[in-house]
Amino acid sequence: MSTTTLDTAGGVTVVKPTVNSHFRDYVDRIRGGDLGALPAVLGLVLLTLIFGIARPETFFSAGNLANLFNQAAGLTMIAMGLIFVLLLGEIDLSAGYAAGVCGAVMAILLTEKNYSEPVALIASLAVGAVIGLALGFLVAKIGIPSFVVTLAAFLAFQGVLLNLLGEGKNVSIPDGFIKSLNKDSLPVAWSWSLAVAAVAVFALIQFLRYRGRVVRGLVTEPVGIVLLRVAGIAALILITTAILTQERAINPAVTSLKGVPIAAPVIGGFLVLWTFVLGRTSYGRHIYAVGGNAEAARRAGIPVDRIRISVFVIGSIMAAVGGIMLVSRAGSVDPNTGGSSTLLYSVGAAVIGGTSLFGGKGKVIHAVIGGAVIAVIDNGMLLMDFSSGTRYVFTGVILLIAAGVDALARRRAAATGNR
Amino acid sequence: MAATPLLELRGIDKSFGPVQVLHDVGLSVYPGEVTALIGDNGAGKSTLVKCVSGIYTIDAGTVTFDGRQVSVHSPRDAADLGIEVVYQDLALCDNLDIVQNMFLGRERKRGIVLDEPTMEQMAGETLANLSVRTVKSLRQLVATLSGGQRQTVAIAKAVLWNSRVVILDEPTAALGVAQTAQVLELVRRLADKGLGVVLISHNMNDVFAVSDRIAALYLGRMAAEVKTSDVTHAQIVELITGGRSGHLGLPPENPTDFADITPGVHQ
Repeated sequence: MSTTTLDTAGGVTVVKPTVNSHFRDYVDRIRGGDLGALPAVLGLVLLTLIFGIARPETFFSAGNLANLFNQAAGLTMIAMGLIFVLLLGEIDLSAGYAAGVCGAVMAILLTEKNYSEPVALIASLAVGAVIGLALGFLVAKIGIPSFVVTLAAFLAFQGVLLNLLGEGKNVSIPDGFIKSLNKDSLPVAWSWSLAVAAVAVFALIQFLRYRGRVVRGLVTEPVGIVLLRVAGIAALILITTAILTQERAINPAVTSLKGVPIAAPVIGGFLVLWTFVLGRTSYGRHIYAVGGNAEAARRAGIPVDRIRISVFVIGSIMAAVGGIMLVSRAGSVDPNTGGSSTLLYSVGAAVIGGTSLFGGKGKVIHAVIGGAVIAVIDNGMLLMDFSSGTRYVFTGVILLIAAGVDALARRRAAATGNR
Repeated sequence: MAATPLLELRGIDKSFGPVQVLHDVGLSVYPGEVTALIGDNGAGKSTLVKCVSGIYTIDAGTVTFDGRQVSVHSPRDAADLGIEVVYQDLALCDNLDIVQNMFLGRERKRGIVLDEPTMEQMAGETLANLSVRTVKSLRQLVATLSGGQRQTVAIAKAVLWNSRVVILDEPTAALGVAQTAQVLELVRRLADKGLGVVLISHNMNDVFAVSDRIAALYLGRMAAEVKTSDVTHAQIVELITGGRSGHLGLPPENPTDFADITPGVHQ
């Protein structure tokens, strides 16, 4: 086990990490209670294996994989927004029905008002922004707890949705870009180009970051780890693309069905956008700071109230995006869009993915991993012919396990001084 | 010995409603020296610091910084002058790492992207300048640091900005023996680098170990400003508890200023 000591340009003596020590540090962090997304990833693998063994024909089919993306898209989008809210230790219980209201606004503009798709999309996102602004103002400036504000909004938006649609009405959206968003797939050539481009950009960013640190003489991760990460992501993206570009129509002679679902790059795009905002901009840094210690953030000159309002705005805009994906998948909007289990699944996705309910800890990728876990459970149990009652119970148990793992990890972290 | 003070307060008054907390307080902070600000609980130490750092505005008096009269209305003004305060409750975010904490609210950016390499380099240089060599990695979360290390990060955060006066509020209050020694050594090094250091402390050992001057507050008045080498432990304790010691300190109180409230004694 060779570790070389070196002086960095900074002058602080540090140990240059090797692949070995990097793994040891990771194991130490895990044992210290800093689990991140690990339990969710392990859970996802385990669930996939269980359902795969129980229903090898149907669960492990290309069609089902594509289906999983479409199933997860709506709640993953809502969960991404919720992660911003959860990072401050707040909650948004109204995100589900906010998604429904925004989706209904879009559908009504498209059909009854005959507006074009871009106008309907922008209007829907704008409604989300206004909702977020109102929630954030009530929480940050008036000082009402977010639980109460958003619980009230949850009830109110349910009513707004009913009024918008008229009692029990169902508005179908016309064919077009919006409808294909969470329904259709990209052509095979596009799928491959996009996949290869994504891998290339990821590798380039990793390389540039590594170079940047080497040039400055800063401590770098071992090359092996960087290569391993790039290889892992490349394998994941390329293998998924390979499966999805296979023919998955029941009767290919009638209509051919292959290519990556459009939902996948949509999820990926938002994942990259919000990960960049949280990790690489000072705005993101300030969100973590306010979530970790609001008083310290205030003393550092960070506008705490504005940050608090802004996360609700992002949360509700992403709820609108989620609503659009839900409406696109169903092809219509009804008074139950964004209702029933949508919100709880979304909060569940964030928490299962590894975001803490207590603020300060979380990443956007958690929404994707947690969303995948929920979609896999829903999808797999349906294939195994469990009743919806059993599915709810099982999902509840998984959420409880995730929250339990988080709580135990926090205790462990407190015990090792790694709060 | 530096002739002119870097920071000089004269005739500072501060009241909160009917309660006057500071009466005509003066304080001089010299570059390259540690000035210990002492006094019993409620003597006005924290209020004085908050007046200097711009959290409170003063009712009367002047603040002179580097020979110029200045007015400090907000923490931002104080920071612009080069006055940094390390508060007792540290004001660090547990969920951020050392570099992130040191640059909190003043991040370096290239375009809209955070310039992490530059920040890490500057943080490393600052810590190295302070001869801090006890952290494992600059990317360690602050939550994993010991009390002494956290205090060190808080102090390093204050000196990162080419500050000229650093005010430390009870930096050793929560620390063990070895860590206290470490932090005091750091305080001494700050002064040796030419900064004006104000050390607020209750601990006489700390005060005599590092300070060049002692300023004793007593019930909102500056009882004495003396050189540490000119006074004894006992004299300082008398200044803190009674406001005077022999020829030092406030003039004796006039007994007629006080009503006798001894039970059973009536005029």
